[in-house]
Amino acid sequence: MSEALGTTGLILNEPLLWERGKKGRSGFSIPDRDVPSRPLPLEMTGGGPDFPDLSEIEVVRHYTRLSTWNFGVDTGFYPLGSCTMKYNPKINEKLAGLRGFAAAHPLLPAELSQGALQLMFELERFLSEITGLDALTLQPAAGAQGELTGMLIIHAYHRLRGKQKTKILIPDTAHGTNPASAAICGYAPVPVPSGPDGIIAPETVEALMDSETAGIMITNPNTLGLFEANIREIARIVHERGGLVYGDGANMNAVMGIVKPGEIGVDILHLNLHKTFSTPHGGGGPGAGPVAVRKDLARFLPIPRVVEKNGAYELREDFPESIGRVLAFHGHFGILLRACAYILSMGPDGLRDASRMAVLNANYIREKLRDVLHLAFDRPCMHECVFSDQNQQPTGITTLEMAKRLIDYGYHPPTIYFPLVVHGAIMIEPTETETKEDLDAFIAAFRSVAREAADSPAVVREAPTRCKVKRLDETAAARNPCLAG
Amino acid sequence: MKKIEEIHLPEELRYSADHEWVRLEGELARVGLTDYAQDQLGDVVYVELPSVGAHIAQGAVFATVESVKSVSECYMPVSGEVTAVNGPLADDPVLLNQNPYGDGWMILVKPDDPADHSRLLTAESYRSRLKGEA
Repeated sequence: MSEALGTTGLILNEPLLWERGKKGRSGFSIPDRDVPSRPLPLEMTGGGPDFPDLSEIEVVRHYTRLSTWNFGVDTGFYPLGSCTMKYNPKINEKLAGLRGFAAAHPLLPAELSQGALQLMFELERFLSEITGLDALTLQPAAGAQGELTGMLIIHAYHRLRGKQKTKILIPDTAHGTNPASAAICGYAPVPVPSGPDGIIAPETVEALMDSETAGIMITNPNTLGLFEANIREIARIVHERGGLVYGDGANMNAVMGIVKPGEIGVDILHLNLHKTFSTPHGGGGPGAGPVAVRKDLARFLPIPRVVEKNGAYELREDFPESIGRVLAFHGHFGILLRACAYILSMGPDGLRDASRMAVLNANYIREKLRDVLHLAFDRPCMHECVFSDQNQQPTGITTLEMAKRLIDYGYHPPTIYFPLVVHGAIMIEPTETETKEDLDAFIAAFRSVAREAADSPAVVREAPTRCKVKRLDETAAARNPCLAG
Repeated sequence: MKKIEEIHLPEELRYSADHEWVRLEGELARVGLTDYAQDQLGDVVYVELPSVGAHIAQGAVFATVESVKSVSECYMPVSGEVTAVNGPLADDPVLLNQNPYGDGWMILVKPDDPADHSRLLTAESYRSRLKGEA
């Protein structure tokens, strides 16, 4: 590419809505009243909410301008490690917008919701096939709620066996939500140190797995982007000592159609539909974290469950050992629908190819940047690669500063300072949806940043300078957050 | 970030491999984070301290420190009962960055075994560990 991706243009400022508008303006017309006016009961009246009076064009311009300040995967490369910011095909949106789905009411009885229930039933079958596990709940709102659901299932399992336990093993490469989910469920998280090769050694698990330990939460591939190659042996040790193996499926994008977690010793697994199965995320919007379990744990799954009987679908609650409901109505149905559309449009071969491409792209970046950035673990990676700022130490330039400088080049920064086991980590997950040209342009940009770190560190320290909002004072923002509108 | 030679490590203190310092004050031990730890963490924005009266074993978590980079746990350098915590840190976490060995201290402990203190690292041995780590 002859011209740099990052450039500057005219950016329009936009005040808060409360600073716009004038009393009496309105953006809509209420139809004429065709019934007699009646006063409301006094207890139902009062001052309205503090909303500004705005015309339609003011509202349209407000949000259109704000949208031009945004950066999303539809704008450019978004290699945020561990987040799988892949492109979300527009066919998913088209299908999610079908009126029969979009306008369906969650309180409609089952006989009037057959299409929606059938979709949920079939999505469960697809995910069961992909995970190699027997039964599923689609309810959990996102990954962390899936983890909590999994912990509650582990808790219910041990309670039924008459021996409650107090601890859960969690590798030091886990996402921070893992220990949090275990602790909320009442388990004490026990850190499992990863070995010198970045993965967990069976001996480490053997030494920690005692009769008080309910099981292990393991992310595979782990957050270093490395496949936990000892998973079968680890699972054997945990099972032998009465524990269960919880798989955090956040990194499933590396192994779709290649590894079935249920076949390598995982008993319970959550998936992040919003990562692996391509639904929009990143702005705090809804996710979905279905939980899959092996057959004998199905009795504990949340209710209601979708059941098929003579070609008709219904929601059933008569599962007395269930941990109960974890989310209202049908879960985040719009996300389930998008994930189902994605799976059907990709097909089994397409999903397998997506994972292969995701792994290939990460290894390509790893190879092309390894001479300028220090590689935390020098071995082939899965869907993401982890560097550090060790090579830049003599220049005084840190991971944070290089990440900020990448913004000037037109890229969303990678994940930084995570995983915690790598000092100054830079975690890059390109996903499968980037072209080689786009990967090459990103690699060139990062190489240029590394060069600047050595030759003109002041430029890197001041970055970003080309975007609307320049270097933010993150410390002041965290210490004195301004939460008022 | 500071070079290892620039890290301030008072000679009279003892250190843990997890980057806590300990100062003996009569029967009590004052505990905080080292200059190296605060420098690595970056600007601290939140500190969560234990309750006074809690008994915490050596190696167990006694505090959580959040910086703009990450959330980190602090591990008890000696077993003992917490007799006081540095209240002002809650409102003013910057003290931990500005003066880690002074008003940025974290907790005061009554050690179970006063001899634990002498088993901790000296400034010199802590610094050589840091050199190995960096």
